[in-house]
Formats: sequence, structure tokens, C-alpha cells
Amino acid sequence: MVLHKLKRMLSKLGAGCINKIWRLGAGGRLFWLTLISSGESFRRFRLTIREVYFTGVLSLIIILVSAFFVGMVLALQGYHTLQKYGSSEAIGVLVALALVRELGPVVTALLFAGRAGTAITAEIGLMKATEQLSAMEMMAVSPIARVIAPRFWAGVIAMPVLATLFSMVGILGGYLVAVPLIGVDAGAFWSQMQANVDWEYDILNGVFKSVVFGVACTMIALFEGYDAPPTAEGVSRATTRTVVTSSLAVLGLDFILTSFMIAV
Amino acid sequence: MERTTIDLWVGIFVALGFAALLGLAMKVGNLTTSSIGQTYLVTANFENIGGLKPRAPVKSAGVVVGRVSEIVFDPKTYEAVVSLNIDTRYNFPKDTFANIYTAGLLGEQYIGLEAGGDEVNLKNGDKISQTQDAVVLEKLISQFLYSKATESDDKPGKTAATSTESGVDALDASPLDKIGK
Repeated sequence: MVLHKLKRMLSKLGAGCINKIWRLGAGGRLFWLTLISSGESFRRFRLTIREVYFTGVLSLIIILVSAFFVGMVLALQGYHTLQKYGSSEAIGVLVALALVRELGPVVTALLFAGRAGTAITAEIGLMKATEQLSAMEMMAVSPIARVIAPRFWAGVIAMPVLATLFSMVGILGGYLVAVPLIGVDAGAFWSQMQANVDWEYDILNGVFKSVVFGVACTMIALFEGYDAPPTAEGVSRATTRTVVTSSLAVLGLDFILTSFMIAV
Repeated sequence: MERTTIDLWVGIFVALGFAALLGLAMKVGNLTTSSIGQTYLVTANFENIGGLKPRAPVKSAGVVVGRVSEIVFDPKTYEAVVSLNIDTRYNFPKDTFANIYTAGLLGEQYIGLEAGGDEVNLKNGDKISQTQDAVVLEKLISQFLYSKATESDDKPGKTAATSTESGVDALDASPLDKIGK
């Protein structure tokens, strides 16, 4: 009896693993197909611009507001600890480095997955459920070139822009708390920041991270939508999976990228 | 090709992104301040570099005149060979003294150059022969404790701390005496 139960559990685990690997392969194939058929999304760049509007411009509000609050909280929390060591002027460095290197790309990617990734998955899943994608194929229009690729490139373009804006607005928020509210010297705030934030090592690496996150988040959202069972429940599950998978992928990739960038 | 409001918004969006990147570069990063133009390379050997890192600043009279480009270990002399990129605008005499200092008590370490009096200037590829190692806090403390112990063992009044460890010879006893008194 126990043995039977154990056997069933094991086979379930195995089936789950095989399913995951199958999905990984299918996702990789979709990524490849997107890359080779993305010529049209550049020839008819208007398609991509339209998607940049939906994924990027419409995400601005949530990104900027959360950046502002994240920056303010960082300054408050950082000041509380730094002033114990008598180095409260280093608050500018703390806020800037935390935002540019980590929080900017990562929090933006998480918000992006929630705001834009879900929308992409639901849209494509519904297109599939209502057989719009099949209709395109019938008309000899490749749905990958017409629907998937423009959304992919839009995500790749929008993500670094959003992350850069996040860092900038976060630093402004940190400035507002540190200088007018707490009373840290403004000159020390900016000059310490400038002395310790490196253009290539910190800022460009952060931008590179956000490009990678953009590829990962958008691709996961597209795949989940493209792969969703064409039912209401299937689309809803795919949307949930988009958020879960992209968040985990972003955090995991962040560790890998950071360990490459901070070469010890 | 007719224009739509979406194009306008996307244009604004991308322009904002570039503006933010520019802002990060100018206001937050040190792209403007640390741009050292043409540089020449000199090397200096140290017995102990402490916590000196590549890209640490090279300062003279407190002004950044260059950066540390590379630190390697010389297996023949068992010394650290530190390469310095110095701005070509600044020339230093051949007998310039290179010290490793610490900014603040726990701050980052940097190289301080003290100009000598030689007529000939350092050129690309030259070696600074006069160097002083980094101050290692543990050695300083152990030396201080040691001198305290000998002081109480012998007789008070004999204050000159005898430095026994080679790394701190250059320090002499002056800072220790101050702490001791």
C-alpha cells in the first residue's frame, strides 16, 4: 500500500520534470523562431512601436511611482544605519549604488512582469482561444512574425528604458528624503555619489542586466500565452504562471549576472 | 506615413530613457569627473599593499592625478608590482615618493605621490623606487601592545618603542608614542 503510494508519487514527480523540460525546449524553439522571423518587426517598425506604447509607456506610472517610494525608503533606512557610524554623507552612494546596480533592474523587471507580462500572456492566449492565430496561418501570415516578434522587441526596448528611469527617479526620491527632509549636505550627497559610482562598472552593467531581464520576462510571457490551452481556465493559469516564472527567472538570472559582473 | 499619438508617446518614452541615462552618467556616475585623458604608465614595488585595489585613485596633494591600472605579484622579489596610470598633464620628478594611504580610518586605500627634487621627470615605463607600504592595522596594534608590555616590564620612562617587525619600520614610533602617552 505504502509502496504503491510512493510509486505513484515518484511517477508524478518524474512526469512533472519531463513536462518542465519539454516546456523549456518548446520555449527555446519559440525564442529561436522569434529571432529568425523578427525581420518583419523591424521592416514594419510601426508594429513594434505600437507594442512599445502598450508595454513601456503605459507601465511608466507604476514604475515611476514605485521608484520614487523605493528611493525614499532606501534613504530613510540607509540614514538610520549610516548615522550610527557617523558617515551619513555616504547616503548618496548607498542609494545610487543600490538602485543602479540591483534594485533598478530587478524591481523594474518584477513590476514589468506583473504589469506588461500578464497583459501579453492574456492577449496572446485569448488570440489563440478565439482562433485568431490559426486564422492568420490560414492567410499565410506567420503569427510569430506578425504577433510574437513585435511584442518581443518592444519588451527588449522598453525594459532598459524603464529600468534607467527607475534608477533616476529613485535617486531623486532618495535625494528628497536625504537632503531637504533629513538635512544631509547636498554637496556631499552628490559628490560622494559621483566619486563612487562608475559609469561602466555600475551603470552600464545595470543597463545590461535590464536588457537580459527584458528578454527573459517578455519571452516567458509570450511563450506562456502561445502555449496556453485555448480555454478561459487555461489562459488564467498561463497568466499566473507568467508572473511566477518571470519573477523566479529574474531573481535567478540576477544572481548569475551579478556573480559574473563582480569578478572577484 | 501618417503620424499617430502613439508614435509621439513612444518618442517621449524613449527620449526620457536617454535623458535618464544621460542624467545617470553626468549627475550620478563619474563619467565627467574621472575622465583622465592621455596617461603614462609607471610602476612601483611595494612589500605590502594592504587593501589597495585596481582603479584606486592616485593622488598628489589630495588631487586625483591618475589611477591604479594593475596589481601583480612578482614571484622573484616577493613584492607587489603596482602599475599606475598618471595623467600626462602632470609630471613628477624621478625621485618621487609613493605611499599607500588610507582615506579616513576605515576608508578605501589610495596611492599618494610626494614629489622629490630631481631635475629629470618620470617617463612612460619608469619605476618609482622609493615606496612606503600600507599601514596594517593589526601590526600597528600588536606593536603598540608589545611596546606597552616592555614598558611595564622594564622601567617606565623608557618610552622609545622598539619596532621589531620589518613591515612597520618605516612608521617609526611617532604615532605609537602619541597613543602611548
